[in-house]
Amino acid sequence: MKELMKSLIGFRSILRNKRKLNRTPWKEVFLFLFPGFAGVCLFVLVPFGDVIRRSFSTAVTGEWSGLYNYRVVLNNQAFLLAAKNTLRFMGVCLPLLIAFSLFLAYELSKSRYMKLLKSLYLLPMAIPAAAVVLVWKLLFDRQGILNAIWEPFGGTAVDYMGTNAAFWVLVISYVWKNLGYTVILWLAGIMGISQGIIDAARVDGAGEQICFFRIILPNLKPTLYTITVLSFLNSFKVFREAYLVAGAYPHESMYLLQHLFNNWFLNLDMDKMAAAAVLTAGVMLVFILILQALWDRKDA
Amino acid sequence: MENSRERREQEKRKKQKLSGNRQDGIRQKACRRAQLKRKTRNLVITGILFLTALMISMPLILLVSGSLKGTDELKSALGPVLSDMDAMVEFGLFPKYPTLKHWIELLFDKPEYYVVFINSLKIVAGTLLGQMLVGVPSAWAFARFSFPGRRLLFIVYISLMMMPFSVTMLSNYLVLKDLSLLDNLFGIILPGVFSTFPVFIMYRGFCGIPRELLEAAKVDGAGEFQVFFRIGIPLGSAGIGSALVLGFLEYFSLIEQPLAFLKNRSLWPLSLYLPQIGLSDAGFAFAASVMGLIPAVFVFLLGQDYLEKGIIATGMKE
Repeated sequence: MKELMKSLIGFRSILRNKRKLNRTPWKEVFLFLFPGFAGVCLFVLVPFGDVIRRSFSTAVTGEWSGLYNYRVVLNNQAFLLAAKNTLRFMGVCLPLLIAFSLFLAYELSKSRYMKLLKSLYLLPMAIPAAAVVLVWKLLFDRQGILNAIWEPFGGTAVDYMGTNAAFWVLVISYVWKNLGYTVILWLAGIMGISQGIIDAARVDGAGEQICFFRIILPNLKPTLYTITVLSFLNSFKVFREAYLVAGAYPHESMYLLQHLFNNWFLNLDMDKMAAAAVLTAGVMLVFILILQALWDRKDA
Repeated sequence: MENSRERREQEKRKKQKLSGNRQDGIRQKACRRAQLKRKTRNLVITGILFLTALMISMPLILLVSGSLKGTDELKSALGPVLSDMDAMVEFGLFPKYPTLKHWIELLFDKPEYYVVFINSLKIVAGTLLGQMLVGVPSAWAFARFSFPGRRLLFIVYISLMMMPFSVTMLSNYLVLKDLSLLDNLFGIILPGVFSTFPVFIMYRGFCGIPRELLEAAKVDGAGEFQVFFRIGIPLGSAGIGSALVLGFLEYFSLIEQPLAFLKNRSLWPLSLYLPQIGLSDAGFAFAASVMGLIPAVFVFLLGQDYLEKGIIATGMKE
């Protein structure tokens, strides 16, 4: 009888535990999550809601103005220029960075000096943009180091600050800064491929090239997705170098979205800023969703 | 079938025996040539890898060498950039007469430099401390508990972490104005504290903890807080470290936010102060720049493993 009672009690406690596991631990979730979530709401979500509201109303009186602000922004020459530059910059930089870093990562994965080289490639990530602005000014001056190297080979000196060549200042800064980051991501992808598959292919007579194109590249598709998204996001940060080298009003070929936002901010053009911020956020979300959908389809 | 294949192979072997000596020679030669080709290819590739590394580290080398050059040497080297002389810059890799003069000037004669340096450290320390207090529990909540709306909320967090400053600038400004935190270091620190990026990184770290371990601790009578402090934090420390290193590098070189929200120059961080020194005071500018990147490089060298883990964690898909 006692035994039976004991096992019954045990059974009940198991049942109770199970119920405990299944219910949502609201108290704990609240305690752990609430402080952070409240801050996110206060500093980001609620004010962004306000920004959305402002994007549909006039700046001074706050009256409903429909899509008026959006129309103004989309017809604004500076906005179109900045958007065009940002897109063009990404169109040039993303493929360049992704291909070059893949080459480096693949060769690094076989190299004896992997650890040392990896550190050197990553170093620019640690260097604040403001600390190298001096070097950038020296490099890209009309009589600067790049031209000093270039001219003896028969090139003509390029005016990096005053012509369309300013665009290349952005490209070089961006690749310099993000190369190591991307190499690390590729390397993680390459190291994740099981050596067994490659060895098996080797035994079956596959050469280096076949191994690379038939085994390694297809296996790196998920890595390609994340690298594309992250490089896309990081490309907004190139504003730092652009601003530091060329100031608030650079040559028009390196005029970026953040320049425009800064200038609107100084003029207190809140309605334009609101509409443009909502537009930018929307475009980014759509871009990321499209990439994700593409990737999911290939994955399946 | 089997028989015919065997016969063919036997014939093959016979043939090989006959012409064995000659073929061996040819094969050896081909083998040696292939080896040589592979060796030269490897050499060329290694050369490219090191050349890339050299070009990448060149800005750093130029900065350090510039900070050790004498004033006259710098003046003559930078002359073409400073004035409209018709000549090219000749910036030698190594100083002709190395001197610590600019470093001494920086350390003893420039009190304003300390102010901006400390402002930068304040921003970094405040932000990271806040992120630890607020972000670690949030990350834990996402990794440990399942609750209705968790997925949706997490997607919101990820979307927020992806937004560039252009998007959040106006909303940031509106809050800071309402809280009258404009022109205040807390106006830079607080939005950073509630950034969702470290939450994501630390969440990754916490997800690596085996569930059985946590359940075992619960069965042994540990409360949720004990599980968090005794198991979660120690075992998730790699993720926390990654978030700290990435955060340090990010907030030490912050430009957009202070540029927009700090008008008072005595609050400026290093990243706004450095660019406005100008080349006319080149020696000081070089020394100040090198000094400004020392903390970041120091953190980088100490935390490189965390940094790499953090980068890989950002690359994982949710």
